[in-house]
Amino acid sequence: MTTKLSSAPLAVKSLLMCMLLMSSLCGCEREKRQYRTDPPVAAALDEVAPMPNGIAGAPPDAYVAAGEPYKSNAYDLSQGKQLYSEFNCSGCHAEGGGASGPAFLNGWWRYGPQAVSVFVSIRDGRPRGMPAFRSRLTTEQIWQLAGYVQTIGAYSAKTSAPGRNDAMQSRPSENRSPAKSSYASDQWPYSAAQ
Amino acid sequence: MQRSRALDWLITPGIWLIFSAPTGAHDPASSQEISPTRYSELTQINRDNVSRLKPVVSFRTGTRGAQGGAPLVVGSTLYFLTSFPHILFALDLNRPGAPVRWQFTPEHDPLAAGLACCNRVEHGPVSGAGHINFTTLDGRVIAVDPDTGQVAWNVRVADIHNGETLVSPPTVAGNELLVGNAGDDFGARGWIAALDAHTGRQIWRHYSTGPDQDVGVTGGQDRGSKTWPGESWLHGGGSVAAPILLDPELGLLLHSTGPPAPWNPEPRPGDNAWTSGIFAREPQTGAVRWFTALHPHNSYAWAAGTADISVDRPWNGNNRQLLLHADSDGRIYVLDRASGELLAADALLSKSTVSTPKTDLQVRNICPAWVGAIGGNPALAGPTGLLYVPMSRLCMDIEARNASYLQGTPYIGANVRVHGAPGQPRGAVVAWDLERRVAAWKIDERFPVASDVLATSGGLVFYGTLDGVVKAVDATSGKVLWHWQTNAGISGQPMTFAGPDGRQYIAVIAGLGGPYGVASEYWIDRRDATAVRGLAQSVADLPAPRDPSGTLYVFDIE
Repeated sequence: MTTKLSSAPLAVKSLLMCMLLMSSLCGCEREKRQYRTDPPVAAALDEVAPMPNGIAGAPPDAYVAAGEPYKSNAYDLSQGKQLYSEFNCSGCHAEGGGASGPAFLNGWWRYGPQAVSVFVSIRDGRPRGMPAFRSRLTTEQIWQLAGYVQTIGAYSAKTSAPGRNDAMQSRPSENRSPAKSSYASDQWPYSAAQ
Repeated sequence: MQRSRALDWLITPGIWLIFSAPTGAHDPASSQEISPTRYSELTQINRDNVSRLKPVVSFRTGTRGAQGGAPLVVGSTLYFLTSFPHILFALDLNRPGAPVRWQFTPEHDPLAAGLACCNRVEHGPVSGAGHINFTTLDGRVIAVDPDTGQVAWNVRVADIHNGETLVSPPTVAGNELLVGNAGDDFGARGWIAALDAHTGRQIWRHYSTGPDQDVGVTGGQDRGSKTWPGESWLHGGGSVAAPILLDPELGLLLHSTGPPAPWNPEPRPGDNAWTSGIFAREPQTGAVRWFTALHPHNSYAWAAGTADISVDRPWNGNNRQLLLHADSDGRIYVLDRASGELLAADALLSKSTVSTPKTDLQVRNICPAWVGAIGGNPALAGPTGLLYVPMSRLCMDIEARNASYLQGTPYIGANVRVHGAPGQPRGAVVAWDLERRVAAWKIDERFPVASDVLATSGGLVFYGTLDGVVKAVDATSGKVLWHWQTNAGISGQPMTFAGPDGRQYIAVIAGLGGPYGVASEYWIDRRDATAVRGLAQSVADLPAPRDPSGTLYVFDIE
């Protein structure tokens, strides 16, 4: 193969090289990352309209207009992951398995899987123990965190890997595959059969 | 299967078995609560007849899990407190079936539920100053009238927004009620407070960290702040979560302090005084008489979570006033109560194995795990000098992480995975011979033993298991003489009392609380090895409770 290529005429070789270079450049378009959201946009991102019971509701227009970046943008997800550990989320929810706070991994969420629910949970807190982070995180950070949290409790496989902190784990992360609900059967999650 | 069906009729709410007819032989005014040594002089139930023990009352509380603490019997009324949000029940022992005389549900702040992860919870009512007094998880101390349940006073002493909760019953000392906070893992600064038992007004409060006047010591050279970097003592833990012990003989309050926060030891170089030690204070002022440090700069988050016992016994030929402290590191510390002098620190099972956690590195097989080797309050049989200690044998792998203090959120800085010690069962009950300083006997248990222990003059020791079995064992040989499968795990205090009819009864509340209760909750996903600070996987094979509600059982000889 090498000998054949080196014996080919120079023109063919340069053509091949050009094609290779062009195709690699095409593949190099990076995902856009917002290092600083414009203040008006950030303000607009805060205008969620949850339903009166605090569950689900309409995301802000700005969120939809931007193409829901916090769900899949690699930069935002990695920021969200960092916030998850820096703001002590793991103290109550562990790495998705839960403690005094509920688990995320099983996809069984008290306030549903919608982005708005998660956003409102983080921003305003919830009555059974979730503190409000309104005064501790910017709107953008809350969306980044919400996006990351959503990937932990994936209802379906996602193309963007959340990179949940699996350092303590001896096997690959479960959340790369669809969640297996604890409530799949009418049995209590963990069988008493011994 | 047949057994559980046979139990069904028993657990149905409202169905009661009948108490034997009252004869009024018992002094109606007397108060019977669990004694500080958890030893009872009652002998009607003993080695010979314990095999005939049967439940005569079962009362389903309808509240989930977390049934710590002991019931209290005053006259012909049995009081007990359910898990958070609490309900105080008063049951009439004079009437057949022991119906509810009254029940009281204090107002509560549901936010406190988010703080209840990993502490032992023991919310038993205590009798004092003519009231029934109890603490609540959300930081209240409440006194109610014993006959009507009317609130005499209700004060809030712990700030849940700061991560503080109350997890132990108050201690009555004359006209004072003593309470201490929990919340090490939220970076809450530990404190102990004395309240006026008649009004709830605070008399004094002292902290486990900070300058000398805050701690209540003189000439301590501000070790409470100088052994910490910067102002980190302000959120340095050192809670007073375990029950406070009153020593009326010496006029002392004895209490342990919890571990420093955060778990990651790197951000807090120094001794981190006055965490992880034992204080002796004067009841009137809270001034410190002595302090004995057990784990300066505690790197393993070993909580000092169980009750201490005071006893006067010969020690090396001399009569001494001793304090027995079963510590999370798996040792029994024997101290002189008057001076704080450490006389012995014997390993109850095997010695601990430790290595220092490092940031972003996994350090494996630290034994015992953070939850501690002592599962519940030990009991001391005074006449024989045997101390019965419920134990857990768990180890942990810990990966220290950077911790950031944010008020009201967990301040831990560690990923933890907990597992059993290789080749050993996860639990045990050890009878420790104080005289010979060896274990007289040991019962291995499949799961960590998280219940408290009761010893009686009838030569019996009672305890419960995480899978809900109440056991009575021979106090001298450790032979299991009787057991009964309840509907839920047991993490509370078995208690015995003489009923108004003069008969002896055993009362146990089933309903799993504390860290193992959280670890077996339905909202936990055990595929995450770090769930519930790593504890969820360590008891992943725990059978689900037959009934998620708590149930009070009262047993009597058939």
